[in-house]
Amino acid sequence: MSAVLQLAAISKTYATGAVEVQALRGVDLTIDQGEFVAIVGPSGSGKSTLMHILGCLDTPTAGTFHLAGDDVASLDEDRLADVRNRHIGFVFQQFNLLPYLSAWRNVELPLVYTGTDRHERRERALSALAQVGLADRADHKPGELSGGQQQRVAIARALVTEPAMILADEPTGNLDSVSTADVLGLLDHLHAQGRTIVLITHEQDVAERAERIVQIYDGQVRTEEVAGAVA
Amino acid sequence: MQWRDTIRTATEAVRTHRLRSALTMLGILIGITAVILTVGLGNGAKADVRDQINELGTNLLVVSPGSSTDSSGVRGGFGSSSTLTIEDAEAIADPEAAPDVQAVAATATSSVSLTNGDTNWTTTLTGTTPSWAEVRSREVTSGRFIDEDDEDAAAAVVVLGPDTASELFTTGNPVGQYVTYNGSKLKVIGVLEELSSSEETANNDLAIVPFSTYSERLVGGSGRDSVSSIYVKATSEATLSAAYQETNALLLNLHGLTSADDADFSIATQESILTAATSVDKTMTVMLGGIAVISLLVGGIGVMNIMLVSVTERIREIGLRKALGARPRSIRRQFLVEASVLGFAGGVLGVGLGIVGAIVLPHLTDTRVILSLTASLAAIAMAIGIGVVFGVYPASRAARLAPIDALRSE
Ligand SMILES: Nc1ncnc2c1ncn2[C@@H]1O[C@H](COP(=O)(O)OP(=O)(O)O)[C@@H](O)[C@H]1O
Ligand SMILES: [Mg+2]
Repeated sequence: MSAVLQLAAISKTYATGAVEVQALRGVDLTIDQGEFVAIVGPSGSGKSTLMHILGCLDTPTAGTFHLAGDDVASLDEDRLADVRNRHIGFVFQQFNLLPYLSAWRNVELPLVYTGTDRHERRERALSALAQVGLADRADHKPGELSGGQQQRVAIARALVTEPAMILADEPTGNLDSVSTADVLGLLDHLHAQGRTIVLITHEQDVAERAERIVQIYDGQVRTEEVAGAVA
Repeated sequence: MQWRDTIRTATEAVRTHRLRSALTMLGILIGITAVILTVGLGNGAKADVRDQINELGTNLLVVSPGSSTDSSGVRGGFGSSSTLTIEDAEAIADPEAAPDVQAVAATATSSVSLTNGDTNWTTTLTGTTPSWAEVRSREVTSGRFIDEDDEDAAAAVVVLGPDTASELFTTGNPVGQYVTYNGSKLKVIGVLEELSSSEETANNDLAIVPFSTYSERLVGGSGRDSVSSIYVKATSEATLSAAYQETNALLLNLHGLTSADDADFSIATQESILTAATSVDKTMTVMLGGIAVISLLVGGIGVMNIMLVSVTERIREIGLRKALGARPRSIRRQFLVEASVLGFAGGVLGVGLGIVGAIVLPHLTDTRVILSLTASLAAIAMAIGIGVVFGVYPASRAARLAPIDALRSE
């Protein structure tokens, strides 16, 4: 399979005043097209920092990052926006839904930026909501939905553009066990459709849903293991 | 991103933050109200002047002695005798020679003192023909105006202006009583109706006698036939310029002149008087306009201030939109449109408040406010423009935010 994400000697240093924090120290990582990878590590180990770089939301201090063969450092802001828009779907721990928009209006947001016409946007948003089992909640505002439902709306938003890759940063961190099972089930399903899934978590049992687990500790990849082998 | 979506997103943001939007609009609203009322008051003042002129007659020409082209204005115009005579007036009154002229009245005036017993009052003694009432559109409230018989007989009669009458006769009806000028007794035969809208006291304080009486019995002296003005009334407003041409041609001919440049008289229209009157209002308009500009500027700075707050407050939303694929340009446009929506709303409300002001103000003071549609539309366009201009900086701040800094902020 072809490598869709290639990180070589990636470092990220945050300079906050006098203190410098080395969030990533020379990460080498390759993720293939269609893989389901879990990135596991304790809090503060650099997982979110890594995901932001993978999602073209942030730039590394050193090292190179190739996305589908392109060197990300060579892309301008507009191209990066287009990459995020068409090829990546994000799922965040805090859901990040806009509170004043109904569920389907939240889901259609990425399509607004692709210039899709209104009618088609609504149809695709409703079908994405149906995929996550929330067709009957399309007109509810986020405040009228449970945490699990809100995260499913966020997943619908991530998949509405049919992206090749889903990046999920602790998507179950704020959820109860039933909702966690729902969300992981959806990620399995998306993986089964052939999408690349990168799931970030600090919980080992959540990580075991993946095909491959990447352990990260103190900004460095410690071990890579095949999920089945550990359990 | 399509424009429709940008506008929708912006209006949603404005509606979501109602209180903040209302406060932002306030400055613009006040500024636009000031603009609307400034223009309205200016138009009202202009209309007042126009009404005064209408009362006198818009189709009126005033011929004065002396050249208008000669800057010194002396060419025979002043001195012992005027260049205009009663014969000139009679010639213009000929319907064959000047078909577009309805009526003509020549006047000769001088400042005199009239007495009634112990009371005396200085006023403008005016010798004129019976056509004066028609030409100047004036009527008498009691008694009658001078007629042809008075003119033929050089009768010792006088018609008083309302102010003159009340000064000389504090009690009782003046009609039938007498006033004395320079030893001559004049019988009061009528009192003119008051000209209410007129600021000119001369319109209400005067004493009118037949022209013959004026020139033969009262003032006389050399140049008995000379007059100080000839009022020419055109048949309608539409024929005013034709009447102007006819009058001009007749007078040049009568005075034996071949070129208009040599004219020893000048003809003024009410329109030219109006222009002079409105230029006086300019100072006031400039002052009020200044107030409007300052309040709009303050309003614009208010928009900028609150848009900056809004950008900071919605930093997570901006980050999210960027993560979902919004280009910097889309974010910039969203905030620019939001600022112009605020400007537009402030403008519309400002025009609304201006309309309320235009209805209320005349009840409180005796000013007149006339609103104009063009001014209102221009004011709204200006409000939108202010929103855009002062929205540029906050919008580009939002557009420049790094997606990750925006997302991470709490
Ligand atoms: N914007 C930032 N400025 C300074 N330090 C940061 C910033 N973001 C993250 N860090 C630091 O980098 C390290 C890794 O953070 P993060 O990637 O969020 O870890 P994780 O997601 O694994 O909990 C932590 O020590 C954190 O304090
Ligand atoms: Mg994290």
